[in-house]
Amino acid sequence: MGEEVKKKRRAPDPNSAKYKLGQIAAKAYSDCVEAKARGEKIGWCASNFPVEIPETLGLHVCYPENQAAAIAARGGGERMCSESEGDGYSNDICAYARISLAYMKLKKAPEQDMPQPDFVLCCNNICNCMIKWYENIAKELDIPMIMIDIPFNPDYEVSDAEVEYIEAQFWDAIHQLEDITGKKWSDERFKEVKEISGRSSRAWLKATACAKYVPSPFNGFDLLNHMAVMVTARGKAEAAEAMETLLKEYEENHKTGKSTFRTDEKYRIMFEGIACWPWLRATSTGLKSRGINMVTTIYADAFGFIYDDFKGMCRAYARVPNAMNLELSRDKRIKLCKDNHVEGLLVHTNRSCKLWSGFMAEMSKQIGQACGIPVVSFDGDQADPRNFSEAQYDTRVQGLMEIMEANKEGH
Amino acid sequence: MFTLGIDIGSTTAKAAILKDGKETVASSIVIATVGTDGVSQAIENVFRDSGLKKEDIQFTVATGYGRKTFEGADLQVSELTCHAIGVHHEFNNVRTVIDIGGQDAKVLSLNEQGRMVNFVMNDKCAAGTGRFLDVMANILHLDISQLEVEAAKATHPADISSTCTVFAESEVISQLAAGTKIPDLVAGICQSVASRVAALAKRVGVKETVCMSGGVARNAGVRTAMEKELGVRIAYSENAQLMGAFGAALYAFDKANTVNS
Ligand code: SF4
Repeated sequence: MGEEVKKKRRAPDPNSAKYKLGQIAAKAYSDCVEAKARGEKIGWCASNFPVEIPETLGLHVCYPENQAAAIAARGGGERMCSESEGDGYSNDICAYARISLAYMKLKKAPEQDMPQPDFVLCCNNICNCMIKWYENIAKELDIPMIMIDIPFNPDYEVSDAEVEYIEAQFWDAIHQLEDITGKKWSDERFKEVKEISGRSSRAWLKATACAKYVPSPFNGFDLLNHMAVMVTARGKAEAAEAMETLLKEYEENHKTGKSTFRTDEKYRIMFEGIACWPWLRATSTGLKSRGINMVTTIYADAFGFIYDDFKGMCRAYARVPNAMNLELSRDKRIKLCKDNHVEGLLVHTNRSCKLWSGFMAEMSKQIGQACGIPVVSFDGDQADPRNFSEAQYDTRVQGLMEIMEANKEGH
Repeated sequence: MFTLGIDIGSTTAKAAILKDGKETVASSIVIATVGTDGVSQAIENVFRDSGLKKEDIQFTVATGYGRKTFEGADLQVSELTCHAIGVHHEFNNVRTVIDIGGQDAKVLSLNEQGRMVNFVMNDKCAAGTGRFLDVMANILHLDISQLEVEAAKATHPADISSTCTVFAESEVISQLAAGTKIPDLVAGICQSVASRVAALAKRVGVKETVCMSGGVARNAGVRTAMEKELGVRIAYSENAQLMGAFGAALYAFDKANTVNS
């Protein structure tokens, strides 16, 4: 975990994608702090809320899920979760929510601070826990909550009726925000944001698709870090530029036989679920020490927000991972497994995220059958360190490796 | 050629020496947890009983939760693979292995060649593991080995519905207070373990022959309940607890042969 490791590192290359992406992620917080200091109204925003709306309006927002992940990765998850539990929140509630609710009250966390909100932007295309979490923040801080309802879609396609339902809400959210902040919507600016978001998305999709090369030019754990920029800043020009740099680096790595997976790649797996932030080192070492590269995750596909117009954007937000049905979710993952020569699936049964883990047992079974690969799951949590056992994880990963090894040997 | 397999579990240490990957020369089970001298005790036992010395062993494989902390092995292999190999060696038509150990339960799916192709394990909860039975035996002031005898005497098995070990503990205590007979309670406890693990087995797919291994397999109460839950006959060997160590010694034999060739 972050605090323990204070190794001397080489100064990062300011032209590298890693540096640029790190700067963008950090700037998202400092921009908010500065805007707040200027007296502008700033918001807290759900990760799957249409980021194009605040971006077009020129509003600064920060992302509680992102902050919770940062706090958890830097060792503060248990402290913040316990704080919320002391306030009466059940430990069955998502740990991101518990951390965020604790932060709302404490207003400081040495691991990652962010300014207090003047409004909250919520969208339940990710989960319904989000609604109550944001409602509580809005009520406690007495600030407005803008809510967009994008229900779980039981069908494979998004119907026109659903798009219409969402579009009306998007406009309503825009008008509410105009009233709250005094900023104005501009179709011209939206066009720019849409184009930049498309550029970022295309570069991201191509960069993550470099996992098709054997060996992969990158360590899949990179994606878990870089995706923060795709979530929060894909509408910003510097994000598009950084993603294009990332793609260039991965292509270059492939040509020169390099990789950010700095050991021999013996096995390739897909990782399913949110990262176990408090145990990132343990979970990645358990794989890397065995030559297992996590080459892909659904995030590789999830942030490909490419659309032509406002309606297309509405449709795209109804097709984000947690809002789509089992069959579509499965098919997207099967494609990723096949495109990227995946030999095994490691599933994080995330105690925090009922939505993500709920149909995972059935879906991963179907993926395993369709791809002829072993599927192994472990219990963990994206932010509450108390729900993970390293020894249990290790045995499962070793078992997965032994099956993949035997498969290779053709026993 | 002699090979040694050591299975360091959460509650017991097991060791086995095999000759030419076939004949069991010696085996030992010592009740002790990881970090105690149970492992050296088990190893000492097999050397003493076989009359062999360290130098006679060509290859050693360690398995189980303590495999990583044990320094005297040539290789460490997961207990999943070792149980699969051990059980397949004993029952060559086995396709499903249910292994319930001290701190976890696993169901392995084997192909026709006896190779593990998939597995599922219990989640973070201790229900459905040996630890659950230990806790329950403790409340009833029974030795773990008495559970099967008691379960066999049951006339109306009690219903233990809580999966949580702590909740189940209070459930057992209140049923005791309400006058439920001990055999009925024990049968209910065995049933509870069986139904938890059967659900895992169904997830990975139950193919016959089904075999149980691990310490809990010795308990006929759980075995019978499992047979009922799954609707299949369950094969079982007196050596159920040693399957991991046998598998490790067999793996060692295989490795030694590869190295030699
Ligand atoms: S982790 Fe799951 S429950 Fe928590 S906010 Fe995200 S989608 Fe919702």
